[in-house]
Amino acid sequence: MLTYVLRRVVTMIPMMILISILCFAVIKLQPGDFTTQYLTDPRITPEQVAQIRARLGLDQPAYMQYLTWMKGILTRGDFGYSFAYKRPVDELIWERLGWTVAVAGATIVFTWVVAIPIGIFSATHKYSIMDYILTFIGFIGVSIPSFFLALVLMYFALRMGSTAVGGLFSQQYIGAPWSWGKVVDLLRHLWIPVVAIGLSGTAGLIRLMRANLLDVLGAQYVTTARAKGLHERIVIYKHAVRNAINPLISIFGMQLPELISGTIISSIVLNLPTMGPFFYDALINSDQYLVMTFLMFSALLMLIGNLLADILLAWSDPRIRYQ
Amino acid sequence: MQTISQTQLMFRRFRAHRLGMFGAVILAFLYFLVIFAPFIAPADYLQQRRDYVNHPPTRIRWIDNEGNFSLRPFVYGTTRRRDPITLEVFWEEDYTKKYPIYFFVRGSSYKIFGIESDIHLFGVDRDSGGQLFLFGTDRFGRDLFARTLYGGRVSMSVGIFGIALSMVIGVAMGGISGYYGGMIDNIIQRLIELLRSFPRIPLWLAFSMILPANWSSVKVYFGVVTILSLLDWTGIARVVRGQVLNLRSKEFVEAARALGASDRKIIFRHILPNITSYLIVTATLSFPGMIMGESTISFLGLGIKEPMTSWGLLLKDAQSMDVLLMQPWLMIPGIFIVVAVLAFNFMGDALRDAFDPFAVTGSK
Repeated sequence: MLTYVLRRVVTMIPMMILISILCFAVIKLQPGDFTTQYLTDPRITPEQVAQIRARLGLDQPAYMQYLTWMKGILTRGDFGYSFAYKRPVDELIWERLGWTVAVAGATIVFTWVVAIPIGIFSATHKYSIMDYILTFIGFIGVSIPSFFLALVLMYFALRMGSTAVGGLFSQQYIGAPWSWGKVVDLLRHLWIPVVAIGLSGTAGLIRLMRANLLDVLGAQYVTTARAKGLHERIVIYKHAVRNAINPLISIFGMQLPELISGTIISSIVLNLPTMGPFFYDALINSDQYLVMTFLMFSALLMLIGNLLADILLAWSDPRIRYQ
Repeated sequence: MQTISQTQLMFRRFRAHRLGMFGAVILAFLYFLVIFAPFIAPADYLQQRRDYVNHPPTRIRWIDNEGNFSLRPFVYGTTRRRDPITLEVFWEEDYTKKYPIYFFVRGSSYKIFGIESDIHLFGVDRDSGGQLFLFGTDRFGRDLFARTLYGGRVSMSVGIFGIALSMVIGVAMGGISGYYGGMIDNIIQRLIELLRSFPRIPLWLAFSMILPANWSSVKVYFGVVTILSLLDWTGIARVVRGQVLNLRSKEFVEAARALGASDRKIIFRHILPNITSYLIVTATLSFPGMIMGESTISFLGLGIKEPMTSWGLLLKDAQSMDVLLMQPWLMIPGIFIVVAVLAFNFMGDALRDAFDPFAVTGSK
C-alpha cells in the first residue's frame, strides 16, 4: 500500500512539471500583460511602462520568465510576486484558503448529509411517488448552473426580507471577535452558497446512492439476511447500505478540487472572501504569477484528490489490492 | 414473427422511454424557437427604446378592467411613474389605451434563410404605439423576449459546433491512440491526463482570456466554441480508445486486415460504425456541459460579447442585488438554460438506455 502511494506521488512530479508549463503557456498566450493597462493611462509615459516591465521581469523572453519562476519555487519555495497586490503570491493565496476550505467543507458536509438519506429513501421506496419527485428534483439539481441557482436563492431570500444575503457576515460582525451571534450570523449567510455550490453534487450523489443500493438490495446475501428473519431496518442499514456506500467513498476525494473550482463563480456572485473572486481579478489584470500559482494549486488538489479517492477506496474495500 | 434491425430496435426502445421523448420534444421546440427567432419575437433584439427602460413583462389580458371578456388578448399601454416618497420607478397601466394582440403583424424587418420579411408571429399593431414586452426590457429598453431567443441561438448552437469539433479531435486522437498503441498512445494518454488534471472552471476562464479584446463577436463565438471543445474532447477520446482497443483484436477486423484492407479503411469502415452508438450517447451527454460552460464564461464577461448575446451574457445583467429586487425578470434567460440542459440530460439518459445492447427489451 505504502509503495503504491509512493509510486503514485513520484509519478505526480513529472505531471506537475507539465502542468506548470501548461499554466505558463496559457498566461503567455493571452494578449498583453500586466502593464497593458498602463498604456492607455495618460499619466504614465511609454518609457515608464517600459521601466515597469523591466522591473517586473516582463521584458525577458518567456522561457526565461518560466525558468526563473520554476527556480524560485524549487529552491526557495517562492511562487512569485503579485503585481497588483505587491506581495508574495503564496501569502495571498494562503490568506484566502481558510474561507475557501470552510465554504467547500460546509458544502461537502451538506452534500453527504442530504444525499445519503435521500438516496436510501429513494431506493427503498423505488417507483413510489416520492421517488419520482426526488428523482425529478435531482435532475433539476444537475441541470441548474450554480451561478443561476445562487441568483435565484438570493432573489427569494431578498424577497422574504432577509438581510443576510451576500458576503459571509453582516456589517456589524465584520472584524468583530467570535461570539455566538457571529456564528449564527455566519450560518445565516452560509446556506445560500452551500446550497448553490452543493446542489448539483448532491443530486449526482443521490442518483449514485440510489442505483448502488438498488443493486445491493438485489444481491443474494440480502435475501439471505431477510430469510434469516432479520429486521428490515437491520437488513438495510447494516447489510445493504454499508456495501452501497463503499464505491461512493472514492467520490469524496474528487469532491474537494471540484468544490474549490465550483466556489469561483458563486463566490463572485455572492461576494464571498474566497479564492474565486481573487482568481478572477488576477485573470483580468494578467497578474501572471498569481494566476499560474492558483491554476497549479487547483491542479495539485485535483491530483491529490484522485490519489485520496483511490486510497480511500482501497482502505474501505478489502477486495481491492495494489501490488 | 417480424425481424427488426438493431437500429429500429434502438429507436423503438428510445421511443418507449417517456422522459427521453419528453426531452426530445422540448429540444425540438427550443430549436424551433431559436431558429425562427426573428419571426417569433415581436421586436428586434437590438432596438433600444429610451422610453421603456427596465419595463416589467407586459401583462396579457383577456378581461379588461370593467370585467368585459374578449377572446382576442390585449395589453394596456403603460406610463412610467415615480413614487413621490421613495422615488422608486414603477409602471402604471393606462386603462384608456388598449392594444389588441394579432397574429402575423408587421414589424421590424429581418432576413431569415435569405427571405426578407417584416411579418412577426404575433404582436400589437406597430403604428398604434402599443408595446408588447413578453419578458420585459433591459436597462437599454431592449426587448428581453427577443434577446432571449437570439441568445438561445448562441447557447444552443455552441453545443453543436463544440461537440462537432471535440468529436473530430476526440475520435482522431482516441482512434490513433487505440489503434496504433505504443509510443503515440503513451503521448496522447499523457496529454489527456494533463488536460484532465485541472478542474474545468478555472481552466475555462484562463483559456477564455486568450481571446483578444478587439475580436469581432463572431470570432469570439468561435473562440468560445474552440475553448470548450479543447477541454471536452478528452472524454470522447477515452471512450473511442477503449472501444478501438477492444475491437482491434476482433475476428472481423483481423479478417479485413487479412484481406488487405488499409488502416484507414479498417478504422472508418469496420471500427467506427461499431462505436457510433457510444459516440451519439457521449455527444448528447456532452451538450449540458457545453451549454453550462458557455453560459459560465459569458456570465463572467469573458465569453460571448455584444452585440451578440447568449443566455449567460443576459444573466450577467442580473448580478447585483438591486437588479434582482427591482428587475427580477432579467433572470428569465436562466430558466432557458435549465430547461435546455434538463432536456439534454433526459434525452442522453434515454439514448444510453436504448443503445445498451445488453438491456432487457420488452416489458419493464
